[in-house]
Amino acid sequence: MPVLSDFLILGAVLFSVSVAGIFLNRKNLIVLLMCIELMLLAVNMNFIAFSHFNNDIAGQIFVFFILTVAAAESAIGLAILVVLFRNKNTINVDDLDSMKG
Amino acid sequence: MNLGFESTDIITLLPEIFLLTMACFILVVDVYLPEKLRHLTYQLAQGTLVGTLLLVISIYPSSLTLAMDNMFINDAMGALLKLVILAIVFVVFLYSRSYLQVRNILKGEYFVLGLFATLGMLIMVSAHNLLIIYLGLELMSLSLYAMVAMHRDSAQAAEAAMKYFILGALASGMLLYGMSILYGVTGNLDLAAIATNISDADSNKHTALVFGLVFIVIGLAFKLGAVPFHMWIPDVYQGAPTAITLFISSAPKIAAFAILMRLLVDGLSSLYVDWQGMLILLSILSMATGNIIAIAQTNIKRMFAYSTISHVGFLMLGVLSANQAGYAASLFYIITYSLMGLGGFGMILLLSRVGFEAENLDDFKGLNERSPWYAFIMLILMLSMAGVPPLLGFWAKWSVLNQVIQAGFIWLAVLAVLFAVIGAFYYLRIIKLMYFDKSEDRTPIEANMDMKITLSINGLIILFLGLMPDMLMAKCLKVLQVLI
Repeated sequence: MPVLSDFLILGAVLFSVSVAGIFLNRKNLIVLLMCIELMLLAVNMNFIAFSHFNNDIAGQIFVFFILTVAAAESAIGLAILVVLFRNKNTINVDDLDSMKG
Repeated sequence: MNLGFESTDIITLLPEIFLLTMACFILVVDVYLPEKLRHLTYQLAQGTLVGTLLLVISIYPSSLTLAMDNMFINDAMGALLKLVILAIVFVVFLYSRSYLQVRNILKGEYFVLGLFATLGMLIMVSAHNLLIIYLGLELMSLSLYAMVAMHRDSAQAAEAAMKYFILGALASGMLLYGMSILYGVTGNLDLAAIATNISDADSNKHTALVFGLVFIVIGLAFKLGAVPFHMWIPDVYQGAPTAITLFISSAPKIAAFAILMRLLVDGLSSLYVDWQGMLILLSILSMATGNIIAIAQTNIKRMFAYSTISHVGFLMLGVLSANQAGYAASLFYIITYSLMGLGGFGMILLLSRVGFEAENLDDFKGLNERSPWYAFIMLILMLSMAGVPPLLGFWAKWSVLNQVIQAGFIWLAVLAVLFAVIGAFYYLRIIKLMYFDKSEDRTPIEANMDMKITLSINGLIILFLGLMPDMLMAKCLKVLQVLI
């Protein structure tokens, strides 16, 4: 029977993978959007685990809201990506360097 | 749990309900408006803000009121912050109008997104539950990301929007992770329940709480733009159209300050020893980086971005004193800062015209010859930002430094003053450019009368409130229930 700490470790690993992905990835913006999704899912894992082991339903309700907001967030992220691609013809992270200082 | 709500709940939420209804109404009406009636959208949006402002005044709380199963709080600090946010958004719309019109982006989207962002800010100010804080924050942030990208043909704006989006989402993720830990340890989402739960936490729980606290502070620092989580600010300020930069730099900062207060003070006040240390670090780094890097900038929007970062450092000085008078000093600081930022970016908007962005420092050369009055207003704004007495910016700095010294951090106050002196250089440089350099640009300044009047009032308010700082300060102390 898995215990609370197993879920928390899984959540922490997923969270670390996503943060590392955001900072290490230098190629593709879509991968960055995927990392952001993964980050929110890692948080969801935490909330569900706590909710189950604390016998409190509020955490699971929070998860529904996070899922909804994440959907809206990726919609806006992809829309910005389309605008960016139309203007610059690239989605390479390294090409986002027109402003310096 | 009692899920039925009472009619008093509706009254407490009336300003937010009105704003939401009107924003949806404007969204639909705007679709059917012909281009030549576009000004109706503007008038409706401004009317909505005024209406919401009146509603906030009409339900101004005499004592702390909770509504919606304790999820929503209406207290004096919240009401004051809401009034300031609504007034600032009103002025932002007014300043932005002709700038957007000239660039052909005066569309209904600007006002609808602006109103939804405002709704998000009001919800953040009144949140009394982790879930509501998150939802308010996202409503505001998502609207702002879209606003930055609104100028569709500008590659720079699209790039700024992408950076804003990614780092903003990262910040939300950090904040959420912290919230999940907080929820796990205390078993509650309600801020008051969390506060009572952790006031008697054992050392085992304490370690877990501090782990969660680190993530919450990182998330808040991202949203406020404190170093080392400031990377997005200069690029977004520079890349976004100036009218949008004006919006981002003013009202959302107040909302971010509000959730800082709600989370750290209302929710986690018994962990203050832990967050005090973190805020000291963020504050020193912000004041140092902001003031030193701003000197090297030639783009004035970018310079204001670094100036914002340094102001955030000062803002934190008040909060880290961890007493009511310190919070009141920070409240005073954030209101002052947003007034000054409003004027500064308003001045850039005033000097911009068709096909020309007054975004380089050189564009301010010889402003005194072109218009002595606006040069004088800019002089007030710059001196106030630098913290020269008797202007409002001086009193803001004075009150936070006063609180830091009383809290026993004299070395921190000395550092802050040193950085403020370094910072004075780049503000004074603008004054030198305006008064002692010759202008190559002889175009007369053209703007709508309402913008000219509001910008003048904006500058003069900073002067007059600076002469009588006790009025605003007493108000800030009163809303935080400090006995004077």
